[in-house]
Amino acid sequence: MTTAEANKNLVQPAGGIPAPGDKSNSTIISSSPYHGLWALTNRELKKWYKNPVILLLSLIQPVLWLGLFGKAMNFGAIFTDGAFSIPGLNIPKEIINQLGTMLMLNVFGTTDYFSFLAVGMLSFIVLFTAMFSGMSIVWDRRLGTLNKVMSTPVARGSIVMSKILSSVIRSLVQASIILVLAVLLGMNISNITAIGVLGTFASLALLSFGFSAIFLMLALRSTNQNTQMAVVNLLNLPLLFGSNALFPASFMPEWLQAFVKINPISYATDIGRQMLLGAGGMGTLAFDFAYLTAFAAAFSIVGIMLSWRLLSK
Amino acid sequence: MFNLTNVVMEMNGEMDANGGRRTIMQIRDLKKVFNGTVVAVDGVTFDVYEGEIFGFLGPNGAGKTTTISMLTTLLRPTSGTATVCGFDILKEPNEVRKRIGVVPQEYTADEDLTGYENIMFCADLYGIPRRISRERADELLRLVELEAAKDRKVETYSGGMRRRLELACGLINHPRVLFLDEPTLGLDVQTRAAVWQYIRKLKEEYGMTLFLTTHYLEEADALCDRIAIIDHGKIVKIGSPKELKDSLGGDVIELGVQESDDDLTPLISSVQHVKEVKRVSPSEYRIKSELGEVTAPMVIDALRSKGYRVNKISLTRPTLDQVYLELTGKSIREENGDRTQAMRQRMIMRRARR
Repeated sequence: MTTAEANKNLVQPAGGIPAPGDKSNSTIISSSPYHGLWALTNRELKKWYKNPVILLLSLIQPVLWLGLFGKAMNFGAIFTDGAFSIPGLNIPKEIINQLGTMLMLNVFGTTDYFSFLAVGMLSFIVLFTAMFSGMSIVWDRRLGTLNKVMSTPVARGSIVMSKILSSVIRSLVQASIILVLAVLLGMNISNITAIGVLGTFASLALLSFGFSAIFLMLALRSTNQNTQMAVVNLLNLPLLFGSNALFPASFMPEWLQAFVKINPISYATDIGRQMLLGAGGMGTLAFDFAYLTAFAAAFSIVGIMLSWRLLSK
Repeated sequence: MFNLTNVVMEMNGEMDANGGRRTIMQIRDLKKVFNGTVVAVDGVTFDVYEGEIFGFLGPNGAGKTTTISMLTTLLRPTSGTATVCGFDILKEPNEVRKRIGVVPQEYTADEDLTGYENIMFCADLYGIPRRISRERADELLRLVELEAAKDRKVETYSGGMRRRLELACGLINHPRVLFLDEPTLGLDVQTRAAVWQYIRKLKEEYGMTLFLTTHYLEEADALCDRIAIIDHGKIVKIGSPKELKDSLGGDVIELGVQESDDDLTPLISSVQHVKEVKRVSPSEYRIKSELGEVTAPMVIDALRSKGYRVNKISLTRPTLDQVYLELTGKSIREENGDRTQAMRQRMIMRRARR
């Protein structure tokens, strides 16, 4: 009997658990730097799709906006079908309708506000999902799960990356549902193409990447979910209204327009409007995509670098 | 089954002069200062030998969890060094992480997932291939007797079940050293005994090294081969429970005799094993001695042979509590940690008792 076998027998429990053989030695641990990334991502996703109530609740808000805001603010109706008349002037209905359509096209780039808003809502749901991506890391820290994960050989970057990825996947699924609902509610689909849909979702993915990274970074050192909530509440409305998601930027004051131009939400929405509705945009598609890619890349790199520093104390 | 063949061959620990045991962890002057002012761990130095259960005993806030966090590479020490399984915790933290298992104080398992899913999640964090992790998950669930509950969501688990699940998760990579931070905090007496049994099993059957922290004296006494008593971030004494207790000077015999003016101190002192005699009152004596159960009858005989009558006798074995009292000047039970620590523990206990 060799020494190794002797040692093995020495520790073999009498009537214990049968040895599965040599497979079980400790050297089989994977050396890939990405191991655990999918496990961490999947854990986040499982908690989400196994709990449909959360999914439903998260969809309610944009659907309400779509339904109430999009349908109530029927700008098209204001200008058409004799909605207004000027006393003393007998303007034919057709001309008013024509004028209305022109006006709508000029302002919104499409003839109905509902379709305009529907695309904005896609960015909206991406923003809201990303904002809460930071919450889960705060919870993980409070419950000790984060420490548990960090005591394993998982790359620190994977911990942050998994949160970003799961947020991206979640927001894309939610955006798809919103898109389908919008179409059912009467969104204009005359210009929709497969490439248009793909391009729109690519832009939404980039948007989600960048924002998820930002909000995760804000949460990296936080131990208090209330602080995180306060930050989210502080930022969500300015980000949303300071973009072209709800209204076109051209009618905003100069200073707000300047903000809209740096707000990445504007670029994702712009891509959506160009590719789904065939509307004229504020920039070329190429520039929009380049801007979003730079935004996503910059913040995820900063996020991963910060995670190396901030996750270990 | 924990295959130790490789472990034995890749052994990095050095042979120690102390009984030829191998050192698996070397901690040298490890120090952690928070925010530049709060000294949580104040330069601890100790060795942990392969295959032993080493206990860190101290009140809340003594620096136990901070020490464990540094050894499990979660916290960077302010100064000092430590090696775990031969790897420096600062220079090669990933090598350390591969070889250790951690059972944290908190319940970290995901409540929304099942027990099995939780174990598989842990396995994935170590990058263990699926075909192996499935086998291991099954065998570990059997070990901690959670097979029947493995497909239930963890939110339905009792405190004891959760603790066992944490234990199983900490073992998924077949660690050489398992760290347990307050493994029985908030558990009832029976569940605590069950957890002790699993811990002993790991040592006895698998030759695993276990490092645990506790503020329960009876736990340290019942489980640990060696104990380090830590107070205000410093180790005040290291030794086996027996050594620590013996360091008090052995057993205490309290003797009542018929009242007389004679001082019996010299007579009692002459008896074998007696180390110290103190006349508490004219009729009462307090004797410190080794092997109290042998010495007591001998004292009675010695007194009888001179015509004195013993009318009362009691024998007290030293407890760790007395050791603790002697070393730190206070009883461990009176100690309270800071407020946040206390709240944290209350939260853990609440979860445990559900």
